[in-house]
Amino acid sequence: MWVYDKKLEYPINISKTDPKMAQAILTQYGGPNGELAASLRYLSQRYTMPNNMGKALLTDIGTEELAHLEMVATMIYQLTQFADPEDYKEADVSGYYSIWDKGIHPDSAGGVPFTASYINTMGKDTIADLQEDLAAEAKARATYENLLDLTNEPELVGPLSFLREREIVHFQRFGELLDNLEFDKNIRKQYFIKKPRIDSLY
Amino acid sequence: MNKMLDKQELERKIQELTFSAVELNLFLDTHPNDAQALQDYQYVINTLQQLKDLYNQNYGPLLNFGYASVNDNYWNWVSEEEKWPWENV
Ligand SMILES: [Fe+2]
Repeated sequence: MWVYDKKLEYPINISKTDPKMAQAILTQYGGPNGELAASLRYLSQRYTMPNNMGKALLTDIGTEELAHLEMVATMIYQLTQFADPEDYKEADVSGYYSIWDKGIHPDSAGGVPFTASYINTMGKDTIADLQEDLAAEAKARATYENLLDLTNEPELVGPLSFLREREIVHFQRFGELLDNLEFDKNIRKQYFIKKPRIDSLY
Repeated sequence: MNKMLDKQELERKIQELTFSAVELNLFLDTHPNDAQALQDYQYVINTLQQLKDLYNQNYGPLLNFGYASVNDNYWNWVSEEEKWPWENV
């Protein structure tokens, strides 16, 4: 089971009102490479991991992604808390406002509602799951880099950079888990990219 | 506790008290000044903490971080001897 810890993983304090940037950041809430997809993906895949290192890592990263989901929502909340309808109109995000007001809805930046189609759970094919996870972390990192291209605001650059860094660490840990599973006899029959043997070329 | 509980008994007691804590937590959210509930909640979380400490000392970590002391030479969280909550065999 889970318990809630009443604090953010990284402090966020945004004074600027910017509904346009909020709309861009929303994609990490309910978009294809967002934190909700990440958390659900790992927490759903963990049941069929072949060893306890896999079960632990997917549980722990899936849990951390929920803390990231909260950080993303916090940024959206603070960017819009003092906005009036006129600000939404000027920022050209009156479409979102007309449906949800200031509600934080799991959509992509393009307004596509969250769908479980963003995630796969392949059962005994652990390698397929982990390769998806590595790709997901790389895509989430790229998304944070795109968001960082859209702002110079230090109050946003801090948390966005932190979230980008976490994707790099998650990618690293998933890679190490994949390496570890290569030696597991139960999954050795699954497809695996071997380390290149450069020495044998000479 | 005069008699040492085995792992399963202790886990069941922790589950019972955790459920009491969850129930009282929700009740207090909508009845924040109910004195009886506050007293029950205090009792439940104190007892729960004692049992969790006992579990952590004897059978390994319940939380990934929080209460358990750390073994010097192995991260028990990934130990192959431990079952995960969804595993019943
Ligand atoms: Fe991640």
